[in-house]
Amino acid sequence: MLKASVYVTIKESVLDPQGQAVKGALHSLGFREVAGVRIGKYMEIALDTDDRAQAEERIRAMCEKLLANTVIEDYRFELEGPER
Amino acid sequence: MNFGVLVFPGSNCDIDCFKAVEETLQQPVEYVWHTETNLSKYDCLIVPGGFSYGDYLRCGAIARFTNVMRALPEEADKGKLVLGICNGFQILLEAGLLPGAMLRNRTLKFRCHPARLRVESAETPFTRDYGEGEIITIPIAHGEGNYYCDEATLAELRKNRQIVFTYAGENPNDSVAGIAGICNRQGNVLGMMPHPERATDRLLGSEDGRRLFTSILNTWRERHGAAVVG
Repeated sequence: MLKASVYVTIKESVLDPQGQAVKGALHSLGFREVAGVRIGKYMEIALDTDDRAQAEERIRAMCEKLLANTVIEDYRFELEGPER
Repeated sequence: MNFGVLVFPGSNCDIDCFKAVEETLQQPVEYVWHTETNLSKYDCLIVPGGFSYGDYLRCGAIARFTNVMRALPEEADKGKLVLGICNGFQILLEAGLLPGAMLRNRTLKFRCHPARLRVESAETPFTRDYGEGEIITIPIAHGEGNYYCDEATLAELRKNRQIVFTYAGENPNDSVAGIAGICNRQGNVLGMMPHPERATDRLLGSEDGRRLFTSILNTWRERHGAAVVG
């Protein structure tokens, strides 16, 4: 079994209204050093395979097809599990 | 003219769309459950508003992989009319039938009120019964109607006259160029955030949405050599 941790965030070039609101809230709480907040999604995907190379390819396909909308979002992922 | 209103788990404007067609146009209309694979009998397909699949992951992201949405592009390629309203617009964007994507409203608020729109193009099959530049009142009801596309796409939309409706006055969601509705390059697929089906009778506060439906019927009649109404 492998575990994929997938992170999807709004692209740097696109305004993130939620991130802006949270940044404002942190400022109002006195965390003046907060220069920016971007909110995204974190997904854990359990994979019934031990083939890391194939898993990497399949996760990338999942991100491109469904997990991220690449018009507005970027994605990255990490794989955990038995090393070959 | 045969109308089909697609229905997904979580659709909630399907009945309004059905009634708008039935009462405004007196044309045959059916609900089409998302499992249907053949849409060939319909002349116009309406993708209604609501919260398909609970808006999980992203609005419209899961609905786009249903059977009906896999069958829809083939019908659109034949030149049939496709109207996506609100969540229906989001689904058409996710499906790639229209360019761009939706972001959360800039204010993060769910905005639900009548909105003034400018008809930017009266040359589409959906807007021929409006005047070019006419201001109409149609309600909006969405939390994610902040239309986004990059500069190159916006230039394309402008060049090909694909911007069909913009917000006149206040932009309720901070969409790019005040966009409220766009069509594809061929003009037969329209996506819009405002709800014309909720503006088909004065008792509803506005009947400015009626002409969107009469435009569809008149376009179809003209293509099929039947008498044009109105």
